[in-house]
Amino acid sequence: MNRRDFLNSLGAAAVTALAPGAALAQRTGADYTRLLVLVELKGGNDGLNTVVPYADPAYTGLRPRLAVPRDQVLQLDQQAGFHPALEPLMASWKSRELAVVQGVGYKDANLSHFRSIDIWDTASNSNEYLTEGWLARAFAATPVPAAFAADAVVVGGAEMGPLRGGARAIALANPEQFLRQARYAAPAGQARNSALQHILRVEENIAQAAARLSGNHAFATEFPANPFGNAVRTAAQLVAGEAGIAAVKIALGGFDTHSGQPGRHAQLLKSLAEGLVALKAALVELGRWDSTLVMTYSEFGRRPRENLSSGTDHGTASAHFLLGGRVKGGLYGLPPALSRLDGNGNLPFAVDFRDLYATVLERWWGANAARALKARFAPLDVVRA
Amino acid sequence: MRLSGPTLRGACFLAASIVASPFALAASGPLGFDDARHLFNRTSFAAGPADIEAFAGLTREQAVDRLLSWAGKPAVTPPPACTAEPFESLRRFRGMSPEERKAALREMNRKAFELRSWWLTEMLVTPSPLTEKMTLFWHNHFVSSQQKVRSPQLMYRQNALLRRHALGNFGELLRDIARDPAMVIYLDSASNRKGQPNENFAREVMELFTLGEGHYTERDVKEAARAFTGWGIDPDRGEFVFRPQAHDDGVKTVLGRTGNLDGDAVLGILLAQPQTAELIAAKLWREFVSPDPDAGEVRRIAAVLRESGYEMRPALRALLTSDAFYAPANRAVLIKSPVELVVGTLRQFSFATGEPLPFVLGVAALGQNLFAPPNVRGWPGGEMWINSTTLLARKAFLDRLFRVEEMRAMAAGGGGVEAPGMAAGAAEGRSRYLQALLDVQFEGNKWLSQFDGRPQLLQRVVLASAPVTEPPPAVQGIELIRHLVLDPAYQLK
Repeated sequence: MNRRDFLNSLGAAAVTALAPGAALAQRTGADYTRLLVLVELKGGNDGLNTVVPYADPAYTGLRPRLAVPRDQVLQLDQQAGFHPALEPLMASWKSRELAVVQGVGYKDANLSHFRSIDIWDTASNSNEYLTEGWLARAFAATPVPAAFAADAVVVGGAEMGPLRGGARAIALANPEQFLRQARYAAPAGQARNSALQHILRVEENIAQAAARLSGNHAFATEFPANPFGNAVRTAAQLVAGEAGIAAVKIALGGFDTHSGQPGRHAQLLKSLAEGLVALKAALVELGRWDSTLVMTYSEFGRRPRENLSSGTDHGTASAHFLLGGRVKGGLYGLPPALSRLDGNGNLPFAVDFRDLYATVLERWWGANAARALKARFAPLDVVRA
Repeated sequence: MRLSGPTLRGACFLAASIVASPFALAASGPLGFDDARHLFNRTSFAAGPADIEAFAGLTREQAVDRLLSWAGKPAVTPPPACTAEPFESLRRFRGMSPEERKAALREMNRKAFELRSWWLTEMLVTPSPLTEKMTLFWHNHFVSSQQKVRSPQLMYRQNALLRRHALGNFGELLRDIARDPAMVIYLDSASNRKGQPNENFAREVMELFTLGEGHYTERDVKEAARAFTGWGIDPDRGEFVFRPQAHDDGVKTVLGRTGNLDGDAVLGILLAQPQTAELIAAKLWREFVSPDPDAGEVRRIAAVLRESGYEMRPALRALLTSDAFYAPANRAVLIKSPVELVVGTLRQFSFATGEPLPFVLGVAALGQNLFAPPNVRGWPGGEMWINSTTLLARKAFLDRLFRVEEMRAMAAGGGGVEAPGMAAGAAEGRSRYLQALLDVQFEGNKWLSQFDGRPQLLQRVVLASAPVTEPPPAVQGIELIRHLVLDPAYQLK
């Protein structure tokens, strides 16, 4: 029996040993009044040029043309600094509500976009194929209150990602259009096959969400006039509604910088930083900053050595951000081990990405992480109680 | 082993179609109405009752052979105007002022839109929808996106290449698409040079185009990338060029074969792997039969594909005459793609249309922007087509389509009509959109008259299965059509 099955069987034994009605030793609920905002960086964000190991000579050695010049780096500590385009985030860094986790990845990392994002979305091991998203499993194990508008909303895009399979989650582009069109939803009927079952479930989710969502809060905050800014605005509008939502996912695409990286990456990081700043401002307006945790993720980082097209190929470990009113700001994880690259020239990981998920599930929501993640992972001490 | 010569190919076509297998020898009786409708739904963007009835008396083999005989010809719609113009150099943006650049990009986007309109029109009018369906299938396999490639002329040429090979030979298609300039741009093949390989094409040709994940190693990708070095484009003519000085002609090992492998040699190695035929066969299954490929049937179709030297026609014939294809358990289990929903509805109900503008925008809004799949894996399809945004948009589209008279009255009265994807205040665009809507015509009474005396037939034409909500007996005529197309079962084929 492997470790995971053993732990699961322990859990099962513990439950059956108790008489019905007896108080359970562990909490079974979760505090979903706390919001999670997931920000997906699609394409594989180059962590090395985002959180720059400027003092490591191997960095410029591997990236003679692509390295961020030392005098442009925004210093975080003696070893790490931000790409200059992240300047808008320095205020959050200085007020210590931005945590930067370095070396986030997983064992035997897969270099395919599709396989790797599946791994992140389903919180699987590199050699496992799971179908349900990790948040869908979490909400199945510890349900979100029925009175909530939805478990989660995916803004933009057609893919449910971490919410795939069974979560009471909806995807929408903007709330006004959604509410206007929701009258077409016809939740009723029996499913004969999985395709029809899927359609009927979506109809049901729409009807329920539409009954409870609203979408026209007037913000004082100005949102950047670009697709990511629009997504941030939509997320803020959803949160402004009276009915609850446990999680919102937004995405910023274009990070697959195989060529022409300098200009493109700078533009993307600028959009990201400005968008996150606007998100914070809007949540502060709503009085929700202290009850929100924002977390970035991406299918992988990029190869330390630059290629000849002024770009980078697929990589492995990368840096990610956590922001929020209750975040304990600072650097976590480990600096990139540029002297310990693997056979493909890629970085080892220091923090398993599922440790971040465990942080969300246990430290943020107070739920049981092991059931959703199918194994025990070590949450980071990055959230104030 | 590659076959050559039309006679040899023809003989093998015949031989492959008589492959002995319990599933291959199909019942040879006439299809009947429901099986004929099923065949059209799955291969031809759906069809009206007259077309279905014309096929109902044919056997499975006759029906497929007739579809295949119509297929593989060039497009009937005249190509978009931009393709007749001299090729616009890929370098023309250099040295442009920001103003010139902006104008050039606007013009390029206009031409890209023209291209999408051209293809959608072809899908609506083609006498061989199977050809367009297969062209789209290959567009979703050998993915390139106009958003990265930029040149509408190169995207058009790629589309013509896919159509030429759509029901032809997969090996030839693979070799031609690898050198196709739009593909070279899309997968950075021109950046792949001796000494510093760019692995993008080598990785995707193995992972997505031939073997699939798990059937090669990172080492194979690296070595294959070396073999493809030197491939590039003449930016002023938009044509493939090979630059020997950029080619790494050293010894390489790919999938256990060692030698001074060049790009073509690697493609040959990939075609020689049995797994390649398995991947294609499984994809065909998911496109035409069900979301869950039957392992035995996939092996059988893959064998047909391999034994014919990668000819698509015998493989399609084997698939589309099989018991599995016609099995009751495999009816109404696939979700219509946006193109199938939009084009299928327009064709099935014999809509007359003007400019295809609303439909080009419509399929894009539903998640299938022609010439611009979201990433190199293409549109995932299946249940991914349906989420709360797209399901509502599908229903809104269908509702509008069957209320064209009301829309006309609204538009005439200057009422606002939602124009998805149009920038607010784009006045010219909005008036074109409105005009295009005004040109849409559904001759409801004429279409319904085909069912006079046979009311049950209407539901059997429109839906692949019983509706989720049975229409009340009082609901008839156009109201009944609306009821059926807004039923969740209409999303299935």
